[in-house]
Amino acid sequence: MPTMNIIQAVNDALRIEMKRDPRVVILGEDVGKFGGVFRATAGLFEEFGDKRVIDTPLAEGGIIGAAIGMALYGLRPVPEIQFSDFIFPAFDQIVNELAKYRYRSGGQYPAPVVIRTPVGGGIKGGHYHSQSPESLFIHTAGLVVVCPSNPIDAKGLLLSAIRGEDPVLFMEPKRVYRAAKGDVPEGDYTIPIGKAKIVREGDQVTVIAWGAMLHEAMEACEQAAAQGLRPELIDLRTLWPVDIDALVTSVKKTGRCVIVHEAPRTCGFGGELSSLIQERCFVHLEAPIRRVTGWDTPFPYTLENEYLPRAPRILKAMQETTAYEA
Amino acid sequence: MPDTHAQSKAAARRQKSAEPDDLISVLGPDNRKDAPTDLSPDELTKIYAMMVENRLVDERMITLQRQGRIGFYIGSVGEEAAILGAALALRPQDWFFPCYRENGVALMRGLSLRNYFDNMVGNGEDPVKGRQMPNHIAWRPANYASVSSPIGTQYTQAMGAAWAAKLKGDDVVAMSFIGEGGTSSNEFHVAMNFAAVMKAPVVFMCRNNQWAISTPLSRQTASETFAVKAMAYGMPGIRVDGNDLLAVHRVAKEACLRARNGEGPTFIEAVTYRVLGHSTSDDPKVYRPDEEVEPWRKKDPIERMRIYLDARGLWDAKQEKKLREDLDVRIRETFAAAEAAQGPTIESMFEEVYARPFWNLDEQRAEAESFGTAPKH
Ligand SMILES: Cc1ncc(C[n+]2csc(CCOP(=O)(O)OP(=O)(O)O)c2C)c(N)n1
Repeated sequence: MPTMNIIQAVNDALRIEMKRDPRVVILGEDVGKFGGVFRATAGLFEEFGDKRVIDTPLAEGGIIGAAIGMALYGLRPVPEIQFSDFIFPAFDQIVNELAKYRYRSGGQYPAPVVIRTPVGGGIKGGHYHSQSPESLFIHTAGLVVVCPSNPIDAKGLLLSAIRGEDPVLFMEPKRVYRAAKGDVPEGDYTIPIGKAKIVREGDQVTVIAWGAMLHEAMEACEQAAAQGLRPELIDLRTLWPVDIDALVTSVKKTGRCVIVHEAPRTCGFGGELSSLIQERCFVHLEAPIRRVTGWDTPFPYTLENEYLPRAPRILKAMQETTAYEA
Repeated sequence: MPDTHAQSKAAARRQKSAEPDDLISVLGPDNRKDAPTDLSPDELTKIYAMMVENRLVDERMITLQRQGRIGFYIGSVGEEAAILGAALALRPQDWFFPCYRENGVALMRGLSLRNYFDNMVGNGEDPVKGRQMPNHIAWRPANYASVSSPIGTQYTQAMGAAWAAKLKGDDVVAMSFIGEGGTSSNEFHVAMNFAAVMKAPVVFMCRNNQWAISTPLSRQTASETFAVKAMAYGMPGIRVDGNDLLAVHRVAKEACLRARNGEGPTFIEAVTYRVLGHSTSDDPKVYRPDEEVEPWRKKDPIERMRIYLDARGLWDAKQEKKLREDLDVRIRETFAAAEAAQGPTIESMFEEVYARPFWNLDEQRAEAESFGTAPKH
């Protein structure tokens, strides 16, 4: 099995699906000859030509609007938004159009568009190259939202997403684009949408994370284990529909829960997860559910490491949660 | 101001007769010494020195980025005439809404080099408090609005500021810059349309440097020129040699006069070239042939000005050498001081999200401070 990073795994998935399904087209800014600013589409223009790997004018609303039209007409567009911070000129097309097309047309027009976009901070990108806008899209009925943390999941989830019938926001954690490596199975395989993964088993506290923060949480769990704690770490992989069974099973076992995400706390996905869990696990909970998140500020430049929920903050929350006695 | 009005009428006549696909040039291909300009010898040598400063700062910052001493840099090498020439037409009370390559305008309008470098390192003395990436400055004393990465947003805001000045009856013009890639954005269309409908006193500059990261201009428009677009919105569209400072200054000044006389917006396409990569993040060799770049190096706007000034007897090799040496020392010393300054405090991260922090920010600030400064990755 070849060792790949997330960029290579995404590239591999796109190549496999473009070979398998002639309806798949890629469109976006700089995705063609250049192969994308992060090189995720490198080589595809050469291999599949300019009718299937398309450099567009600089307009995200245009990219997503076009992708919707293409999907209605029968193609399988996989548009790229260069940074998720630049998705907002397309917000109307995504929220009012793409997400609701199937529903509002009485089921006549599904719009299977998979929007790939790098998310998250930790790359010295300031607030226009670092944001994590997942909750805006999870809140939008009609969208599937995915965020892998490693190359194996990235490839399998992207293949599932493109083969699915729903529009998907496929968020790629750019901070670990190259750093997260793994032995990625060759050829075709899928990882189901909607299934979380238990990364580390334990019975004392459930830690929930995804994307780049999964790696911070892993570090914190290792430190906690060295101190004798027994954390269970769950990688959500799909944010919506969230794998509620996996969460409930784990929290019923541990009775304690720490949720980690780098988006701001207020109205972040952690708030929703916390509600979902306490509604189902109330009598099993032995401590308040804790959120370790980005602060309620714009994403800063110099102080990004103080903004991000790094391992020490996660560890402290785990310690306090496990020590908590009502 | 009657003379202003007469000048503006003349400008409007000239602009009417100029077809949007004419390329206005003043220096001409030989940078001739009798090129007409209303800039005084003193103004000419000053703006030349600003261009050189802009260039040397860019070159130094790119080197420092490679050394890992700053996180990112986006410069304006080869586009100095298009940027500084236009902004030279502004008065102190006018407003400027930059794209992200116009930092030289902030320096020209009084931002200190030290503060510019403070922004490069994102220290506590940075005018934007280390909150934004390098090159994303804001400088209110010069009516220099905040640089934003999202393409095109500044155009609409410039229109709004100009419109406000008009509503209040102030003698103020707003100028904004966009790249030719940005003309594909929603914001470009909206700004142009509103400005023309409202007759807002705004000067829309477009640096047509022919590349938007790896995307060539042929992927942005099927129009013959960008200037021609202005006609459809109902405003003059001017196409100017963007590597000719005298020409850019002339058309920008005429556009400012039109704006001040209630004649509304002007769109100016400055034809230039992005001789380097988009920023320190890309290698242009991957997507464009070097042969395309070479002819543009020969049309370097600074070199063209130097030849012109030299021919007029306003500049010589000795002055050139001294200027560059002085700048080199000033840039090094100033950067070293910025680099040595303290970073922003954790507390500052929570300030100015709102006029006053709300309870959640107070709570979170206390939590963040309890962890202190994080280990770097
Ligand atoms: C809305 C938005 N989409 C994408 C980007 C990413 N991006 C940054 S610069 C750039 C190209 C801009 O080209 P152009 O407008 O021609 O200006 P230039 O950089 O050539 O001066 C792109 C696509 C962005 N900043 N904002």
